[in-house]
Amino acid sequence: MSTLEIKDLHVSIETEQGTKEILKGVSLTIKTGETHAIMGPNGSGKSTLASTIAGHPRYNVTSGTITLDGEDVLEMSVDERARAGVFLAMQYPVEVPGVTMTNFLRTAKTAIDGEAPALRTWTKDVKAAMQQLRIDADFAQRNVNEGFSGGEKKRVEILQLELFKPKFAILDETDSGLDVDALKVVSEGVNRAHEEGNMGTLLITHYTRILRYIKPDFVHVFVDGKVVEEGGPELADRLEDEGYDRYAPGAGVAVAPAVQA
Amino acid sequence: MTDITTEKARIGAPSAQPFINGFTEEGENLSPVNTGTNTSTTSEQPSAGPLAGASAKSHSHGGGVGIPDSSRAGRLTSYKMADFKPLNGLEEDWRFTPLKRLRGLHTDVLNGAAPAVSVTAPAGVVVETVGRDDKRIGQAAIPEDLVSANAWENFAEATVVTVPAELQADSEVSVLITGAGESPSAQHIVIVAERFSKAVVVLDHQGTAVVSENVEIIVEDGAELTVVSLQEWADNAVHASSQQAKIGRDAKFKHIVVSLGGDLVRVTPSTRFTAPGADVEMFGLYFADAGQHLEQRLFVDHAVANCKSRVLYKGALQGRNAHSVWVGDVLIRKEAEGTDTYEANRNLVLTDGARADSVPNLEIETGLIEGAGHASATGRFDDEHLFYLMARGIPEKVARRLVVRGFLNEIIQQIKVPAIEDRLTAAVERELAATDN
Repeated sequence: MSTLEIKDLHVSIETEQGTKEILKGVSLTIKTGETHAIMGPNGSGKSTLASTIAGHPRYNVTSGTITLDGEDVLEMSVDERARAGVFLAMQYPVEVPGVTMTNFLRTAKTAIDGEAPALRTWTKDVKAAMQQLRIDADFAQRNVNEGFSGGEKKRVEILQLELFKPKFAILDETDSGLDVDALKVVSEGVNRAHEEGNMGTLLITHYTRILRYIKPDFVHVFVDGKVVEEGGPELADRLEDEGYDRYAPGAGVAVAPAVQA
Repeated sequence: MTDITTEKARIGAPSAQPFINGFTEEGENLSPVNTGTNTSTTSEQPSAGPLAGASAKSHSHGGGVGIPDSSRAGRLTSYKMADFKPLNGLEEDWRFTPLKRLRGLHTDVLNGAAPAVSVTAPAGVVVETVGRDDKRIGQAAIPEDLVSANAWENFAEATVVTVPAELQADSEVSVLITGAGESPSAQHIVIVAERFSKAVVVLDHQGTAVVSENVEIIVEDGAELTVVSLQEWADNAVHASSQQAKIGRDAKFKHIVVSLGGDLVRVTPSTRFTAPGADVEMFGLYFADAGQHLEQRLFVDHAVANCKSRVLYKGALQGRNAHSVWVGDVLIRKEAEGTDTYEANRNLVLTDGARADSVPNLEIETGLIEGAGHASATGRFDDEHLFYLMARGIPEKVARRLVVRGFLNEIIQQIKVPAIEDRLTAAVERELAATDN
């Protein structure tokens, strides 16, 4: 059982107009076996939270803490975080020219496990995982994400999730840009990884659609860098019906939903 | 790379409107003033506009009529060194080269011992050592600069590698060229791929030398030839190599320059199309360390119709005063309708204090082409690449090396000859290990 704990996190970025605060005090605790959905309108800071946990240098943590089983995640470099068990499935996976998927997957697995995977079982595992995600076998010889379609890139992110077996998976809008078939394939991959029982999931999404396939235990609504409402899966259903409008400034969400009528 | 700028010019689809004066729907008669030979359509010829009138003589990259170096087509070529003016370093084709470090290749008589040549060839390939009067010498090349002419005047004997007609060589021809010391010397190599033959020839330069080399390459009709020129010289070597290829009808020629070792290495490959239907690919890979000068200047001469060329050179630079130069001259002559060409250079600068010069030159004398483009980008590490790899647990140092390796691998992957790919991968690994970042 592991715990990823985020406490009162404040994050800013440098822009041409100066420093801009994006996260304004986020607290969240995720345990092994739990799936948390973070939902919110564009620009609410969802992806910033994901990138900050992974350690992207663009984001400055001005106060607050992130710990993994008590260890200070903010003290760790990007690669140390990954080796500690944090996995970020990226919204826009980058293309790395000249590095084949095979080479990349093996290098990463070796780094995460601290030893090279046994060649025979590893090759078999990769092949099986690719098949389940309906990724063509020839992708193994192609360069990382190079020339992949949006849907293929997302499937390859989930492939890594299944192969690297992290303690915590952060899915940054993995569902964006996927058609229904791809969405199902990707969701099945996440569910498989989850069912192994050693992973907690932070699912960041703009839409409720993916929640039909990946069932959240908790839903957190993000607006303007803060969690404005929390609840169970029923909250997602409500968002599906009502959208984010009632969280708009002046809509008075805290009073009662009736107000917005 | 974060600061990639690319440019791709496309010409070849003239609109129905002659919006450029002198440019008809057919794209012909660009310059009635300068063509002089076309008499059939006089009545329809539009008057010469500014572009049309100048197109046959001046070119887009500056200069103009009467200005030396303004077009690659006008460059002096001669077998005689005396025909070239002594170098002062200001010449267009020498302006990036530190002449002081040429160690006499441009001034001295090149009478030092030439690097030793030893050839391993598969069955059927003919290897000969011949004198200066052999009739195959001078078939494909004529010196395009003074240093090349100096070698031409001074070489004692030449190595001729012939792949006989229709022979499909089952392994590569390995030409090992081992430097014989530091006296300025001259070398001459001729490679002939006869009709419908298929072969891979590797020129493998090693050891210490101060040498000017001419390589003549004849790719006859329907032949398929790959030439890999590998420069893994010792640190103090100086090497100028003019590698000129004459390409026959429907031939396929792949030329790969790999420069890793040496103090100053200047490779100047030229390919000339002599008949339609041919296909040329030119690749280059270089890794310049502190103080190293690695220069490549290529020329693709589209002198006939319906040929295709692709050029990609990639280089990594690391350390103080590491210097790479890439100049890509592509000329599409008026006759070369249906040409399809694209050239690109990419440089990855790994540390401060290194310098990459990159100059793509594209001259187009006819609008009736399939496409013509050029691109150049020089950048530092892309932080997003690093982040992606590190977010998968890969330590920064390993990730950086993976990216450099990947960047250069793009060239190695083009070779498609496993034995050579493995060799070059190993060579790049040695380079990475020797200059651990």
